[in-house]
Amino acid sequence: MSTFAEFGNDLYTGKRSIDFVGRQKTWYTVSAVLLVLATIGLFGRGLNIGLEFRGGSEFRVSSVTDFNSFEARSKAAVGTLSTGSDVVVTRIGTDTVRVQTEKFQNTLTDKVITALAREFNVSETKITANTVGASWGQSVTQKAITALIWFLILVSLVLAAYFRTWKMSVAALIALAHDLVITVGIYALAGFEVTPASVIGFLTILGYSLYDTVVVFDKVRENTLAAEGSGRLSYSQAANQAVNQTLVRSINTSVVALLPVASILGIGYFLLGPGTLLDLSLALFVGIAVGTYSSIFIATPVLADLREREPGMIELKKRAMRYQTTQARKSGAAPSDGDLAGQGATKGTGDQDTKDIVHASTGATARPVHPYVQTGPRNQPKRPPKSKR
Amino acid sequence: MAINPHNRGPLRTLTMFLLLVIGLYGLLGAVSTWGTAQRTPKLGLDLQGGTQLILKPKIDKTGPGISEGQIMKAVDIIRARVDGSGISEAEVSTQGNNIVVSLPGTPDRATVASLKKSSQLQMRAVLAEVPMVTEPIPTSTGTATSKPTTPAVGTPQPSATTKPKATSTGTATTAPKSGYPPALAAATTPAPAGTPTATTPNPTTTAPTSGAKPKNGSDPAWVTPALEKQLADLNCADPKQVENIDAANKNEPLVTCSSDPKRPFKYILGPAELLGDTISNATSGQQTTQGGSSSGQWEVRLDLNSQGGKAFCDVTGRIVSLPSPRNEFAIVLDNQVISAPVPNSAICAGTASITGSFTAASSKVLADQLKFGALPMSFEVLTQDTISPTLGGDQLARGLLAGGIGLLLVVAYSLLQYRALGLVTVSSLIIAGLLTYGVVSLFGWSQGFRLTMAGVTGLIVSIGIVADSFILYFERVRDEVRDGRALRAAVETGWARARRTILISDAVNFLAAVVLYALAASNVRGFAFTLMLTTVIDVVVVFMFTHPLLSILANTKFFGQGHRWSGLDPTRLGARNVTYAGRGRVTIAARRAAATEGNQS
Repeated sequence: MSTFAEFGNDLYTGKRSIDFVGRQKTWYTVSAVLLVLATIGLFGRGLNIGLEFRGGSEFRVSSVTDFNSFEARSKAAVGTLSTGSDVVVTRIGTDTVRVQTEKFQNTLTDKVITALAREFNVSETKITANTVGASWGQSVTQKAITALIWFLILVSLVLAAYFRTWKMSVAALIALAHDLVITVGIYALAGFEVTPASVIGFLTILGYSLYDTVVVFDKVRENTLAAEGSGRLSYSQAANQAVNQTLVRSINTSVVALLPVASILGIGYFLLGPGTLLDLSLALFVGIAVGTYSSIFIATPVLADLREREPGMIELKKRAMRYQTTQARKSGAAPSDGDLAGQGATKGTGDQDTKDIVHASTGATARPVHPYVQTGPRNQPKRPPKSKR
Repeated sequence: MAINPHNRGPLRTLTMFLLLVIGLYGLLGAVSTWGTAQRTPKLGLDLQGGTQLILKPKIDKTGPGISEGQIMKAVDIIRARVDGSGISEAEVSTQGNNIVVSLPGTPDRATVASLKKSSQLQMRAVLAEVPMVTEPIPTSTGTATSKPTTPAVGTPQPSATTKPKATSTGTATTAPKSGYPPALAAATTPAPAGTPTATTPNPTTTAPTSGAKPKNGSDPAWVTPALEKQLADLNCADPKQVENIDAANKNEPLVTCSSDPKRPFKYILGPAELLGDTISNATSGQQTTQGGSSSGQWEVRLDLNSQGGKAFCDVTGRIVSLPSPRNEFAIVLDNQVISAPVPNSAICAGTASITGSFTAASSKVLADQLKFGALPMSFEVLTQDTISPTLGGDQLARGLLAGGIGLLLVVAYSLLQYRALGLVTVSSLIIAGLLTYGVVSLFGWSQGFRLTMAGVTGLIVSIGIVADSFILYFERVRDEVRDGRALRAAVETGWARARRTILISDAVNFLAAVVLYALAASNVRGFAFTLMLTTVIDVVVVFMFTHPLLSILANTKFFGQGHRWSGLDPTRLGARNVTYAGRGRVTIAARRAAATEGNQS
């Protein structure tokens, strides 16, 4: 992994820099396309609403050994008791059959259990019954929406107080909305079933997406504060540098967060079958991936766009440009005007120039240093030995 | 061994942390040894197997929405029913306006059905009563078949039973001191009504089989041989039989038991004459005498609305002169008689007071029962989940498997990325896991917290979020090393910066969990709770374990001098500047020189 470590080093020093902020139009376009797709999926295809929202009964027969024409058999078993209901039968995992029907009365539920037990030759304790009123899912959703609104209000206040600017709150919330729409869109497009557990998952994504954005923004704040003090980088440049410097962290964190979720997803899909675990982990998996993307590619560019319009930031940009031009002249090559206009550190200039510019920002080799300092500790004059004196 | 003075602070923090962990497990051990706690976390229904019902209380009458107090009463009703059915370890809790009933194992269907049925308070006139004994009592008059109706009622009471019967029926004077049954008196102004009126309910459709149509609720004509047999067969000690009693039909007589253990009787009751919704209020307090001073005797005061007041006036006026036990007026709740007071006059003022051998507590109970009986509530089943124990066990095992695999992957990845520093991550994760396990077990004891599948998912998800704090920290330290700081300084400055980020990001996460917990439904709650818990534990572990550990490690040769497997190797991290390492050694330059030499050779 030495290459990865080097990658991290280069990102930190600015030797290698990905222009996240400067090329915001590209990312915006990508996201816009994704959002349009998600919206089409949402309104065109619609969400695959789970049993909990529709209301109905679900039976799970476990320890089934004989799967021959299990669909027809379970339909027959249920059909003798209720007529004209649409029965959905699916096989889950290795030994479980799931039968979903319209809502039954309680006495009928017992009869269905008995019938299924006889049909599949298992004891009645192996069958779980689950009756859901349609209002259940609705009440969960209603609560979720209330929770969402409260969460957004609180978190905006906390972030605005912490970062001392409401623009960071706005940028973070835009990224959040982006994540949510895309995640729900993916659900619609892929036809994943939406259950109350997925709704929980969506809510958790909000938390995670914000968490990730906050980590990046903290570094952005640190860098931009330093830039405002030194006047060597424009806001966008400082923000871009921050994203680059936290990129390795972002990648590592997402991988570490995704690994356990992926393992739940795998176990849930292959061994457990549909249930709380699978629904939650699926929503989380999609959400974490999208959340990481948005905190890098959406949140920071949006923030930079918002902040660059401030008079103070325009002033800072001019100062930074003056400084960088003089620095470049000193080192022999003048940066093209397009450099700062494009708000990117790498655009239009060679690698060498970029390196110099970004080095300047870290302040490490900014000042011309006397040669002897670079050679290490000063050599003390030695007292010659007595014989030589 | 002399302690490195740089290590003193971190060591002190580590010791405190160790004491915290020991304290936690000591507490857990203590409450499990001497208390009721179990050493492992309590498992939720979906992991343990069982039935969960979510009931939505419905008030039969249209009116204002359900208040919080009414919900609490509904919970009391349900809890009483669950306890009455003999199920242990059942839990009844609220969830917004819904009631969640969790029953372990698989209860029989009758139990589940009994929870759903509506609760309604009724008042019925007593037609006959017999002491509750396990064996059926052969009533002396049961054989008098020629006149099947009348004699069975007034006299079956063997007068030899020890009942004092303090009240002679006609007197409107004193309430019985400690006797039975309680007296029912007009509360403030005893308004003696004139003559017993016999105008109340007149059942039309359902006449008893024995021909003669009962004229009113106290008419002995209600009592048929079938009812008598039912009364004789009824065994109130058998919960099954008690459960089967159904008072739903208001126009029919009822055979039931008393739910008051102090007065173990079985009754035949007339049709319902008053329903609970006519009671506008019920309070308990000490009886006041004419002079206004407290008599020291507890009473339950009852306020009725105008319709109820009129019916009450009619009934009390009618039964006041009847022979015992037909002068008793039974209050039926949940199909059982909670009290059967004897009116000492016709009570027409719309308020009544029940006195008897009450204590402060028992009068309060009766008042509450009357009050929530004023709320004819039925329950709609929103969801019913039955999880078989084998399936629950499977779920748990596989959830743990998923967690184990996830943890292994995280460990492998962090070792790959951070080399020896990854071990710090792993040990911190293990410590965090230990803490979580202890706290969850402890919460299971103190708060009744149960770990559900969603909770387990929350725990697994939190692995990533907890590990992120370490990643953040290490990356900041690495950044400082890249800037050319010596490791010990890099750890301190890196920590100072990472700390802020960890705190704010955890605060956001915690906020999300709190909002979820406060506003969401039960299944979500388990998830939100574990998320909340792990966020707090994350902060504790990073501050009290990971940081001190890294500070100490920074003083070791392996990490401090940036061994290439330490994950903090300055060369690999591309430290550009010269670092003065003290005592005339210049680490980077020396290392670079050595490296180039090594490459050339």
